[in-house]
This record gives sequence, C-alpha cells and structure tokens, in this order.
Amino acid sequence: MNATAPDEHFFRRESGRLVATLTRVLGVQHLALVEDAVQETLASAVEVWAFRGLPDNPSAWLMTAARNRAISSLRRERTARRFAPEIGRLEDGEVPGPESYGRLPAALADDELRMMFSCSHPDIAEDAQVALVLSLLCGFSAQEVAGAFLVSRAAMEKRLTRAKKVLSGSARLFELGAGDFDARLAAVLRALYLLFSEGYHGACPDAVVRLDLCREAMRLVALLVDHTPAATPATHALAALMCLHAARLPARVDEAGALTDLARQDRSRWDARLIARGLELLEASARGEVVSEYHLEAAIAATHALAPSAEQTPWQDIVGLYDALLRIRPSPVVALNRAVALAEAEGPQRGLEALREIEGVERLAEYPFYPAALATLELRLGDTTAAARHFRAALRSARNDGERRFLEERLRECGGATPGRGSRRQAPASPARRRGPC
Amino acid sequence: MSDFLLLYRLPADSPDMPDSPQRMQERLERWRAWFGELEAKGHLRALGHPLEMGGAVVKDGGGTVHDGPYAESKDILIGYSVVQTRDLAEARAVASRCPVLTYGGMVEVRPIRQM
Repeated sequence: MNATAPDEHFFRRESGRLVATLTRVLGVQHLALVEDAVQETLASAVEVWAFRGLPDNPSAWLMTAARNRAISSLRRERTARRFAPEIGRLEDGEVPGPESYGRLPAALADDELRMMFSCSHPDIAEDAQVALVLSLLCGFSAQEVAGAFLVSRAAMEKRLTRAKKVLSGSARLFELGAGDFDARLAAVLRALYLLFSEGYHGACPDAVVRLDLCREAMRLVALLVDHTPAATPATHALAALMCLHAARLPARVDEAGALTDLARQDRSRWDARLIARGLELLEASARGEVVSEYHLEAAIAATHALAPSAEQTPWQDIVGLYDALLRIRPSPVVALNRAVALAEAEGPQRGLEALREIEGVERLAEYPFYPAALATLELRLGDTTAAARHFRAALRSARNDGERRFLEERLRECGGATPGRGSRRQAPASPARRRGPC
Repeated sequence: MSDFLLLYRLPADSPDMPDSPQRMQERLERWRAWFGELEAKGHLRALGHPLEMGGAVVKDGGGTVHDGPYAESKDILIGYSVVQTRDLAEARAVASRCPVLTYGGMVEVRPIRQM
C-alpha cells in the first residue's frame, strides 16, 4: 500500500480543481453534469483506494477518472441531444492526462481562478457568491455551506441552485484579462474577504468549520497573488490582512473554546511565520497609488502584530487608520472598532462618547460586541452596575458558545468589583478592560 | 490459526456515500487505517476487492436472470477480505472495528472450510 497519504483536505481541494477544469473544457452549461461526475469519481476513489492503496499520482488519477465519467455521461445523454464537440474536447487532451499532470500546475490554477471570477458574477448576490465559491471551489457540500452560514440546508440548496443557474447562463468560464476584469477582481476580493471574515468573526459555533473557511480564503487569495493580472496591490493587501489575522488564531481561542480578546492573548503564541509573511505582503501592496480598505485593515492588523503588548500599542495610529477606513467603508462595525481604539488612546470616557455617536448604531442591535464594548468601558470607569447591564444585553445576542463563555466570564468580573475602589481596574492588563478585535 | 472471510455489507436502502468530499476522505482514511491495522497485526491474508453495484443474478439453470446483485436481498455486498485469526472470537473482535460499521453497514464473518 502506498504510504504517502494526501493531506486531510485533499478531497476538498481536488474536488474544486476537477470541477473547475472540467467546466472550463465542457462549458458552464454542463456544470451539473460535471459536479455529478466529480462526486462519483471521488466516491469510487474511496472504494478503490481503500483496497488498492493510493495511486502514484492521486490528483492525476482523479482527473482521468472524472474525465472518463464525464465522457460516459455525455455519451448517455447524446441520444437526446448532441454533445459531440464536448466529447471531442475531452478526448483531445484538453484535460491533463497522467503524463502531463505534474507539469501543469499553472494551467490548473488558471482554471480555478477562472471559476472564481465566474462565481463573482454581477447578477449573483454577495453572500451567494461566497456560498458558490465554497461549493464549487472548496468542495463543501450544501450541508456544510449551510452549516457555515447557520441557515437550513434547504435554504442553502435553493440559494446555490439559483446562483448556479445564473452561472450556467454564460457559455464559458470567465476569461482572465477580459474587459471587465478589474470590476470582477474587486468582486472576487470582496467575496474572499467575506469568506475569511465569516471564518474569523462569524456565528458558526463549530471552530473547525470556521478554521476551514479561513484556510480556504487564504488558499484562494494565494492563487490570486501568484497570478500576475490578479496580483494587484489590493490583492496583496487582502492576503496580508488574512495572514496577519490568522497569525493570531492560535492565541485567540482558549483550550475550552472560549474567545480571548486581543489584550489578554498570549502574544508568544502568535504565528511568527504568518506575521512575517503578512508584513512581506503588506510591503508588496504598497507599490500602487491606491489605498484600498484592505490596505487599511492590514495596516491595523500589522500595528497590532508588531506591538509587544496591548499597552505598548500606538493606539493613536490605529484610531487614524480607522478614520481613514471609515471614509472608504463607512460601517457601524468599523466605527465600533474605532471607538474601542479611541478609548485606549484617549480614555474610556472618550470611547463611550464615540460609541454612543456611532452613525447607524441601530444596525448593531443584534451584534453582541456593541453592548460588550459599552460594558467594558463602563467597567473601566467603575460603574459595575451599568457594565453588568450591558454584558447581559450582549449575552442575549451571543451567537455561539465561544462568545457566550467570553461574555459570562466578563459578567462575573463585574460582580466582584466594588464601585469606586476599582481593585480590578488597577492592573493595566486587566482582562475586562477592553474589547478590541480578537 | 484459522482463515475467515469478511463480507462487508450495506443495507440496500442506505445512502451509500456522503456528498461531502471531506466526509468521503474521512471514510477513506478509516478504511486505510483498518487495513493498515490488519496488516500490522498479521491478520491480513488477502485484501480482497471492493465490488461495483450492478451485475446480474443468474439462477434456475440459467432460466432466470435478475439485474443487480440484490434482487432478493436487503443487503448489498460491497467488498470482501480474508483474515487469519486464532479463532472465531478473535475474528469477531477484529470485525467489530471495521469502518463499514460506522456508516450503517455490517460485517459477515465466515470461517473458510479447512481443506
């Protein structure tokens, strides 16, 4: 039996590649047939490989098997309609065979990129674009995509079906370098940003799922960085921000699965390799004229990554970056983060004022970190009653166990402190001080 | 030591393969681990084969032919292996760790008749 086992997400990744390549060759109108062929191929690989061991080149084995399945499906359907040209393309070696497979990583990446750009179709809603990327490029089942977004499987299937219908309206996959390339690229970056954010800040209670979302977003953005026309400064900035945020993941959740906020994270557990990579990408992103929202977010993340502690963070710089970010992307969540940084820079009173002045604050009604930020600053000012009230409000909108445990812990800290004495407020690194970005 | 045939069976009405590539890979890993364990412990006489769906059932002197292997059976044979163990009890213990049990299947353990 072949000893070299592929990594734990091999099937997922291969599923995305197979779908992308076969769809490129056969045309998007055959997307459903391609998806079925890929599904069946993976299923047969499970049975054959279990008994026979892995083939020498598992990826090439899958590509050949999927191609053969697609050909036989097309032949079966041929009695009703004519698919001769498609079969011809499959047989003419437009799909890499075992002999050429190893030499074609760039061509395969091209297919994935074209599929990615196709998913960011202007007629498909943003959240459906993200779902589509997960389904077609990341090999998530409808059930898994539904789980990531906390919607029912039926609702997700409907969303995916609708999106795939729009997709198969175009005969071919998106041509890289086509006229509307720049607009599509912006949409692709946005979809990958949303995918990463869903993993990082999203509501899904399953930490493994969320890590997978972050990992997939990073894998796909890396494809863009490696592909010249797509490797714009904004692409580099997005990749940088993902690396710099992901670097904090090991310290962000404790052993029990509860969130740990930035101030109390053990910075020695931050991933130094990812920080270095993030800084490198951020530097590469600085060569253009345009400062995108990703540049600003990456710069904020880099400032945190380089600060030796929460206390020694240049908070005024961070406030300035948030101000700039607000000008590009006005959003109550950005304003919330700015207010939290402002509290660090200029004191909790200023932070509270900024929190209360947030434009569109009603849109944060369901967002637990708004009342949590209010609570944290009240606590720093010594008003444990107000703090407890806000933490309880935050708990009511907590979206998963990790958030709930984080907030319960904070609420307990309110109970012990006596107003005025402020024993808990003395320690500069007191965990309840601040709710920053995790 | 005795040889036993392990017949891996799945109920005809059970969904055969998950639609998630991740779940599929997990199933593959469980099977690989299972065969690896059999081999490491010296139980594995023959890996056997996985079986395709379809085929035919021929009977009544060839007069009756059914499509598919499961004309009159509630279970589908999906593969087989041959293992060597001390006795039936040990063969049963071995079979109880077979991955097919994790997704609704069963293992039929049959002693191979001594020549």
